[in-house]
Amino acid sequence: MSAGALVRIEGLHKSFTKGREVVDAVAGIDLGIARREIVAVIGPSGCGKSTLLHMMAGLYRPSRGRVVYNARTVAEVNTSVAYMTQKDNLLPWRTIRDNVALPLEVTGVSRRERQARADEVLERVGLRGFEARYVSELSGGMRKRASLARMLLQGAESLLLDEPFAALDAQLKLTMQTLLLRLAAEAGLTVVFVTHDLVEAVTLADRVIVCTRRPATVALEQAIDLARPRDVTHVRFEPRFKELYDAIWERLRQEYQEEAV
Amino acid sequence: MSEKPLGDMSGLAMLGCQVLLAVALAGLWQVASGTLVDDFFISNPGDIARRLWKWTADGSLLLHTWATVHATALGFLIGVAIGLVLGVWLGLSPFLSRLLDPFLSALNALPKVALAPLLVLWFGIGIESKIALAAVIVLFLVFLNTYAGVREVDQDLIDAVRLMKATRWQVLAKVIIPSSASWVFASLKISVPYALIGAVLGEMIAANRGLGYLVQFSGAQFDTAGVFASLFVIALVAALLNWTVDVSQRRVERWRVIGR
Repeated sequence: MSAGALVRIEGLHKSFTKGREVVDAVAGIDLGIARREIVAVIGPSGCGKSTLLHMMAGLYRPSRGRVVYNARTVAEVNTSVAYMTQKDNLLPWRTIRDNVALPLEVTGVSRRERQARADEVLERVGLRGFEARYVSELSGGMRKRASLARMLLQGAESLLLDEPFAALDAQLKLTMQTLLLRLAAEAGLTVVFVTHDLVEAVTLADRVIVCTRRPATVALEQAIDLARPRDVTHVRFEPRFKELYDAIWERLRQEYQEEAV
Repeated sequence: MSEKPLGDMSGLAMLGCQVLLAVALAGLWQVASGTLVDDFFISNPGDIARRLWKWTADGSLLLHTWATVHATALGFLIGVAIGLVLGVWLGLSPFLSRLLDPFLSALNALPKVALAPLLVLWFGIGIESKIALAAVIVLFLVFLNTYAGVREVDQDLIDAVRLMKATRWQVLAKVIIPSSASWVFASLKISVPYALIGAVLGEMIAANRGLGYLVQFSGAQFDTAGVFASLFVIALVAALLNWTVDVSQRRVERWRVIGR
C-alpha cells in the first residue's frame, strides 16, 4: 500500500443492527487505490461489496477503521467521487435530459450549456431521442445508461460503480465498457467498480480484488498486467487473459463453493 | 352485428345522457311537487330558478357568493401555506416530530369545526372568522400530508444529489419538495371542499353575508326555494374549485400522467 494512494482503506469494519441481531457486512479491509487506477471488486452476492462503496462515498459511517480520501478521512458525503449505485436513482419527475443535467444545475451551470452537455453525453450512451422522456418511459438498461451519463457529467475525479453494466445486453455492455475505459483514460479518472462478471473485471481493471463471503475481507488481490489501451471485445482472447482469469477464478470458486455448502 | 357496451359511449354522447337525466329528474321534481309531496318541504325547480334569477338581478347572489369564495380562497391559501411550512419543517426534524407527536395526534383528532365559536370570539363575526375556520381545517390536512410526504422521500435520491455537491437548500428544492408533491396535491384536493365547509359553516354560525348565511337565513324564513337555490350555488362553487385544483395538478405532475 503506497503512502501516496488517493484512497486508503484502513482496518474497515461495518456491522448493521437488525433488531437484536448484529450482522457484519465488512470485517477488516485494508486497501490502497492509486490515482488513475481502475479497481474491480468481485465476490459472492450480498458479501458487503456495496457497503464498501457506500463507505467510500461517505454514505455509511464505518463501525471501525476509516476511509482516507486524498489524505483526508471521509467523515461525511464524499463529493470528490461520483457514485453510481445499483439503483439508478433518477428523479422520476424530471425528464431524462434534466436528470442528466442535474449535477451541472446544482453547481450553477447555465441552462443552455447544461442542456447542450446533457444531450451530448446522452448521445454517447446511445440515448439520443429520449432526452425529453420521463424515467418511467425507459427500460431498465436505458435507465442505467442515463444514470451513467449523469455520473459522467458530474466531472468527479473518481468514479464508484456498483454493477454498472449488469442490466445491459451483451452488445451494449461492450459499448459501455469501451466508453468507460476511454473516458477514464482521457480524464485520468480513478475507478472502483463492483461486478459479478469476472470477464468484465479482468477486461477493465488494473487490479481485481476478490472478496470473501460475508463478512467481506480481501481474499485475493490480483494485478492485471494486460497492456492498455485494451480492446474490450478482443482482450479476452489473449493467452495472458486466460491465465489471469483462471488464477482469480480458482480463488473465487472457493468462496462460491463454501456459500453453496 | 355485435352491440357495443354502453360504457364505451363517446364523451359527447355521455354528456347528452347526463343532461337528459338532469332534465328528467328536474321534471319529475316539478311534477311531484305540490301533488305527491307538499311544495313547502321540497319547493320546485321553477321556483328555485326564479329565485336564482331574482337574486342575480338584484346583485345579492354575487355579493354572497363573493363573500364565500373570498373566505374559502383566503382560508385555503393561508392554511396551505402554514401547513406546508410546518409539514416540511417537522418532516425534516426527527427530534421535533417525536417531541410533538402526541400533541399533534390529539389536535388532529379534534373536530376542527368545534373551534368555530372560539374563532368567532377571537376574530369577530366578520369575514375573518370564516377565513380562520377554513384555514384551520385546511392547515391540518395539508400539514399531515406534507409531513408524511417529506418523511417518505427516498433517502437514496437525497444521497445521490448530495454527492453532486448539492447544498441543503438544493436538496430541499430539487428532491424533497418535488418528491412530496403528490402527497401535497392529494391533500390540496381533499382540502378544497373542506375549506368551503369551513367558510359556509362559519357563515351559518354568525354572519350577515355569504352563501352559508343565505342558507341559514332562508331556512329561518321557511323559504325552501331559497335554501335549495343557495345549495345549488354552493355545489357549483365546489365543482369549480375542484376543477381548478385538477388542472393545476395535471400541469405540475405531467410525469406521473405519462408514467401511467
